[in-house]
Amino acid sequence: MNYRLIFNTMGKVLVILAALLLIPLIVSVIYLEIAPAWAFLITAGISFLTGLLLILTCKPKTNVMFAKEGLIIVSFAWIAVSLTGAVPFTLSGEIPSYVDAVFEVVSGFTTTGASILTSVEEMSHGLLFWRSFSHWIGGMGVLVFVMAITPKATDRSIHIMRAEMPGHSVDKLVPKANETAKILYIIYIVMTVVLIIMLLCGGMPVFDSIVHAFGTAGTGGFGVKANSIGGYNAYLQWVIAIFMLLFGINFNLYYLLLLRRFKSVLNSTELKTYVLIFLASVIIVCINIFPMYSGFEEALRMSVFQVSSIMTTTGFSTTDFNLWNSAAKAVLIVLMFTGACAGSTAGGLKMSRVVILLKKVGNEFKRVLHPRSANIVKFEGKRLDEATISGVQSYFTIYIVVFVATFLLVSFDTTYGFETDFTAVAACFNNIGPGFGAVGPMGSFVGYSPFAKIVLSFAMLLGRLEIYPLLLALSPNTWIKK
Amino acid sequence: MRIVVVGCGKIGKAIIQRLVAEKHDVLAMDNNPAVIESITNAYDVMGLCANGTEYGQLMEAGAHKADLFIAVTGSDELNMLSCFAAKRMGAKHTVARIRNSENTTQESLSFMIKGLGLSMAINPEHLTAQAIYNIIKLPLASKVEIFSSKGFEMIELQLKNVSALEGKTVSEIRKQAKIKFLICAVSRNGETYIPKGDFTLRSGDKIGLIASEPDIPKLFKLLGVEQKPIKSVIILGGGMTSVSLASMLTKSRISTKIIEKEEARCEDICELVGSGVTVIHGDAMSQELLSEEGINTADAFVALTGMDEQNILISVYAMSQNVPKIISKVNRSELSAIAQKLGVDTVITSKTIMADIIARYARALQSASGSKVETLYSLMDGNAEAIEFTVMSDFKYIGVPLKDVKFKKNALLAGIVRNNKSIIPTGDDVILADDRVIVISSNLGTDDISDMLE
Repeated sequence: MNYRLIFNTMGKVLVILAALLLIPLIVSVIYLEIAPAWAFLITAGISFLTGLLLILTCKPKTNVMFAKEGLIIVSFAWIAVSLTGAVPFTLSGEIPSYVDAVFEVVSGFTTTGASILTSVEEMSHGLLFWRSFSHWIGGMGVLVFVMAITPKATDRSIHIMRAEMPGHSVDKLVPKANETAKILYIIYIVMTVVLIIMLLCGGMPVFDSIVHAFGTAGTGGFGVKANSIGGYNAYLQWVIAIFMLLFGINFNLYYLLLLRRFKSVLNSTELKTYVLIFLASVIIVCINIFPMYSGFEEALRMSVFQVSSIMTTTGFSTTDFNLWNSAAKAVLIVLMFTGACAGSTAGGLKMSRVVILLKKVGNEFKRVLHPRSANIVKFEGKRLDEATISGVQSYFTIYIVVFVATFLLVSFDTTYGFETDFTAVAACFNNIGPGFGAVGPMGSFVGYSPFAKIVLSFAMLLGRLEIYPLLLALSPNTWIKK
Repeated sequence: MRIVVVGCGKIGKAIIQRLVAEKHDVLAMDNNPAVIESITNAYDVMGLCANGTEYGQLMEAGAHKADLFIAVTGSDELNMLSCFAAKRMGAKHTVARIRNSENTTQESLSFMIKGLGLSMAINPEHLTAQAIYNIIKLPLASKVEIFSSKGFEMIELQLKNVSALEGKTVSEIRKQAKIKFLICAVSRNGETYIPKGDFTLRSGDKIGLIASEPDIPKLFKLLGVEQKPIKSVIILGGGMTSVSLASMLTKSRISTKIIEKEEARCEDICELVGSGVTVIHGDAMSQELLSEEGINTADAFVALTGMDEQNILISVYAMSQNVPKIISKVNRSELSAIAQKLGVDTVITSKTIMADIIARYARALQSASGSKVETLYSLMDGNAEAIEFTVMSDFKYIGVPLKDVKFKKNALLAGIVRNNKSIIPTGDDVILADDRVIVISSNLGTDDISDMLE
């Protein structure tokens, strides 16, 4: 194991985190908020010094790394970033409990958007900005960001990318890993800026526009209002609904668009499934909630917005969908698990996996009917090998196992009932944010015990990093020398 | 540069490794998904599972936008076809590995190169034979490179016994010798050093030195190694490399024996190499056969069978028979280090030779588009390189004596070519505009002389 490389990379992550913390510091200064400004400054200082110390003391002898190192670097980096990123909340006194602060910031970086705050509107601008900014960073990935801005990528940095990027297979866009990271971030930044401009045009204040754009781009879901997006006008709700959908699409497709390879984009199985499921869900939800709203436009807007928000695992809301009938709610619960496309900023199981699993199940049916039939699974025009398919199947198994385990652990906290616990775990593990019941769009996670909050924070990290990195980093087998 | 490499076998992999180290954008293509997987895991390249001749797949690989397209699969026909397709699609330069079967003439090869629009055809067997031939001509060296300007030779050799020089610094040796030469790289215990004047040599060091051709015999005497020209060579294995090598050796009137296991192949070899070569049918691993064929009187022994392990073992045996020069072909770089540990002084790895040639070619292409690198040679198993630059008139230290020019720790100025005359520089020499300079550096991938200065 290349410990020096692991700790050196960790150092780089902390130094870059320190630099990122300066941005909310500027926001605090602009709004003349003294306590948060100090909190950011102190945290940035500690983070910078620790990072520098790690970089200086751990100079890697070689840059050779394997999948194992990649997984460990990614999980350690995410834990370090979460623990450090939570400090300003506690230091400034706005979230006195450190466990609560960690929950909030993990929820930020993992683009979950589940909050323990009961009165968002009382928070200072600096901290609200930091919360949403963490969505934006976490959406595309902390280490992908490090890769994009550090010039020297090692030969094997693909292992880091693979561990951090969601989806069953990670493809590079261009031969060099750091160039790929750069392209992804440029697409991401341009789309975010376009969104900010469109929100400004609709009359949203500057601060709100930026924060909501971060929340949408990272498919996070932290807002600045108690009723999320509900208080804004119809135009703004449409804009955010559509952009959430756009950020749920595989970013590789945007690169293909830039290369003018429109055909490959239109032929993408994953994209087609994504759009199809989206439309079907909107129709079902719309029919079910039609009587609750005053007109067709409003009912359509509500269903499009909520379906888009849940499916892309964003978690914004324009209405309290807790009050919807059970059919509409059931659709949303199903969407919580499917998630959006691989290679996007969304969480959940991912469309690509759902498609592969269903195709494989279809093949099994066919095999029962025609025992001698030969069957293959084709995805995006290519035949998948058995190893990829069984990889997806095992991921599904471990996904269920982790979900059940988390659900059991959270259930020990008997504050809430079944619906709340179940959807709280689903919302955290799939990086959505709000669930139903007490943790619904108008509720909060504050009532859970510290233990449950830690378990849920962990579930969010597991969901964002797609389980394996974190489990392997914590497994004794990785560390014991045999 | 955007480079597409088709075929990720031994040679393809070595080429990819070198090109990535030189910071090119490389796309690797192979029709075996497992190979692509391992390549993308180990190197910062993009992988594509395809066979390299199909239009759609070549488009996907960006062959039409490639600056250099290299086809090094095991099949000549496939290489030619994919280079042809890539060229037609718009690739700027194409390189194919063509092993041309032994009875193809040079004429037909040049016809194919022209017809397919190839920039270069590489033939690993032939090039390996050429490298071995260079060494046999200068037997004490383990590697010989002749710089484009001629006049200079870059020689790598293993110091067996330097008792005469033990403890003396490099600059003291230079003063004592009155010959102009430069020790430009030293490999000791797996580490490569670029020595400065205060470096001391030890027995067992592998050194790289630059000298002008007429001085080389004197220099060898100084280093305690006397050179006796090689008159007879035994070659083990009758592959294409052996045939090429035997033809070169007979042209220089060196008596050559080839030992080959298969009888039919022996007869083929007879047909190919002419009467100057003795072809023996027999198992090369048999020591009796070797002594019967006079291994203890041979001047050189070259192991070229297809098996690395066999080549190493038989070379060790030849060492025990006191053959003065032993050359062993080892394809896997890990084994080549082991072979050197066992005392086999000259280990030839064809994939490294190929990677050198491709990297040199890529550098030359780049130099056409802005950078100033003329040629590049890799030294000390690829841990250091010698680069030939043309000095532009905007160079900072024009006319400044070299002792006042601060080179980086891992860089050394090894030669200057001015008006077709070569100079082995000392501290009083100066660099002028339009000079060609040779710089040795262990910091790989540099393409500007200013990067080598403090």
